[in-house]
Amino acid sequence: MKTYRTHLMVCAGTGCVSCGSLNLKDRLESELKDRGLSDEVKVVITGCNGFCAEGPIMVVYPEGIFYKKLTQEDIPFLVEEHFLKGRPVEKFLYTEPTIKEKVPLLKDIPFFQHQVLRALRNRGLIDAENIDEYIARDGYAALSKVLFSMTPEEIIQEVKISGLRGRGGAGFPTGLKWEEGRRYDSFPKYVICNGDEGDPGAFMDRSVLEADPHSVLEGMTICGYALDAHQGYIYVRAEYPLAIHRLNIAIDRSRNYGLLGKNILGSGFDFDISIYPGAGAFVCGESTALMYSLEGKRGMPRIKPPRSTEAGLWGQPTVLNNVETFANVPPILLKGGQWFASLGTGGSKGTKVFALTGMVNNVGLIEVPMGTTLRTIVYDIGGGISEKREFKAVQIGGPSGACLPIPLLNIEVDFDSLDEAGAMMGSGGLVVMDDSTCMVDTARFFTDFSVDESCGKCVPCRVGMKVMLNILNRIVEGKGEMEDIERLERLGHHIKESSHCGLGKTAPNPVLSTIRYFREEYEAHIQEKRCPALVCVDLVQFRVDSEKCKMCGLCKKACPTEAITWEKKTPAAINLGKCIRCRSCIQACKFNAIE
Amino acid sequence: MAMAKLTIEDLKRIKEEVRSTTVLREGGFRARINIHMGTCGIAAGARKLMSVVLKEIEEKKINDVMVTTSGCAGLCSREPMATVETLGKSPVKYCDLNEEKMKEIFIHHVMNGEIVEAYALARGSETTY
Repeated sequence: MKTYRTHLMVCAGTGCVSCGSLNLKDRLESELKDRGLSDEVKVVITGCNGFCAEGPIMVVYPEGIFYKKLTQEDIPFLVEEHFLKGRPVEKFLYTEPTIKEKVPLLKDIPFFQHQVLRALRNRGLIDAENIDEYIARDGYAALSKVLFSMTPEEIIQEVKISGLRGRGGAGFPTGLKWEEGRRYDSFPKYVICNGDEGDPGAFMDRSVLEADPHSVLEGMTICGYALDAHQGYIYVRAEYPLAIHRLNIAIDRSRNYGLLGKNILGSGFDFDISIYPGAGAFVCGESTALMYSLEGKRGMPRIKPPRSTEAGLWGQPTVLNNVETFANVPPILLKGGQWFASLGTGGSKGTKVFALTGMVNNVGLIEVPMGTTLRTIVYDIGGGISEKREFKAVQIGGPSGACLPIPLLNIEVDFDSLDEAGAMMGSGGLVVMDDSTCMVDTARFFTDFSVDESCGKCVPCRVGMKVMLNILNRIVEGKGEMEDIERLERLGHHIKESSHCGLGKTAPNPVLSTIRYFREEYEAHIQEKRCPALVCVDLVQFRVDSEKCKMCGLCKKACPTEAITWEKKTPAAINLGKCIRCRSCIQACKFNAIE
Repeated sequence: MAMAKLTIEDLKRIKEEVRSTTVLREGGFRARINIHMGTCGIAAGARKLMSVVLKEIEEKKINDVMVTTSGCAGLCSREPMATVETLGKSPVKYCDLNEEKMKEIFIHHVMNGEIVEAYALARGSETTY
């Protein structure tokens, strides 16, 4: 193996790629060549580093120096200064906002310090397209261990000891599911990986598939051995081209090495995996709908039982797990279920990956032990929210989840505590909201989403959600009645109880949780015809506070419809007839004079 | 039955071969060699020292030694210079080096922990990351 003194890990997750990280790689390589450093310094393309807000990101090893927001133009200077002359370039380092100081090393940055990487154990450390680097970090060691020294029963027992629960949202115990799947004596059996990640604001599965595809392949193969199945399918969103690309490469390399296919590692066990790109229906994330879709039928959930473990894909016993669940499997078999269970809470073991987005400073992909408080996630890892705004809520679990208010910031996040709070783990989307977010409008947004994505099979979801949406539309237009709140609650509970599948059973959660925690906002919309967050267009009339106005005229420049009149030395005024409530003036005003 | 393409032994061999690559990204180094690569160092032949060090590491299949570069340390007349630091010991700065001296330092100091006093300038180092 050729020795390089320095490795430049260029993040090529979807976020950084969209900021131009692949151009950085080309520029780095040509610049290193010009400087005669190509034999000493290696450029490596990795999956998502996690700190998406600071992209494009590059980490320099062995020192572990973290560079952020690099552009192509920065490269010549950086190569000369750092990689030739050994002087890290301060202006590209990360500045910690709370102490306003540069933090050169990745390991010292608070965003990373609070995280524990298990499912994402290889993120940023390996080239996702190089199977050898995965193997070097204990990749396929768990597979060879189980194939040669464990019985399927022992594998299932170990997964049960670990306490691993499904990371796709519902949290069903993985070991139990595998045991069910093994029990039925009908062949062939199937293993399915659910990568149909559809929640708005969620990108955990995508990042795992992009950064470490082999971890999922290895987990699926182990599952296959435990069930005596020989075929696996990965159902992944067609909107994830990079993930599909890297999966294809990974499957190809694994087959070349004989880690997929016939007689794996000489053990006599056969297993292969195919990719099936989903066509973009949210409901296909539901396991039975997903299986119909795989069979080439319309994706609609069916009544259970029988469970999929008894009669799933093509009526055969099938185990379906989420991407993150499978990624957790290899270390459990390698290090033992006890090791995995040493982290987490009573009912939820291990870690959880979250996609942290919204009005938080450090947008990114994080992995924390189960039981970490929302406060730690939002403030210590997320870096809090912009100084000008106030924290209002965390939306967790997407369209199935809930908005949790300030008093619940101390909640220790796990499957059970979220359930109690009327929320849901979901797949792990975590959207932070500040005081510029209207909770009624947020509930309306998610309800609209669920109406769009309802498959239409059962009445409560198809019709009930539409009725809820109509009521919400009425409220945000200023035509609501106080009875509407009770109507929403009653209808929401009916839909939860009588819907057919997980989508309908959880679809009212955004509305119910916002009524539970932010009832006063509904009342303001209905009684006072007022939107406290100034979001709902029909309820907002902007005006200039002439005492706060410094007569600078910035609002007039920002207004696209010339609705603002202003002259030097006179406060601005808004012509409500022309105003389209686009909020441009609010953003432009530096003195909060427009309300 | 089809012949297995890869056996467990092959898997272990790949792991050992590539391990040095990934270890470099994981930290946990026993020693660090810092080659001074300011304009003065480069002009005096620091690049040759770098090549010697990398060659030694490659040949001896070492994966717990970190190689870094740093700028001018302010003593341009004594370049090329290098600083060697082993775990728990204070760094030692070497000056007026050439390829042979660097190789000697590598074998004695980096591998065996014995400071080569003949080439040593001082203990201590400027701050780098």
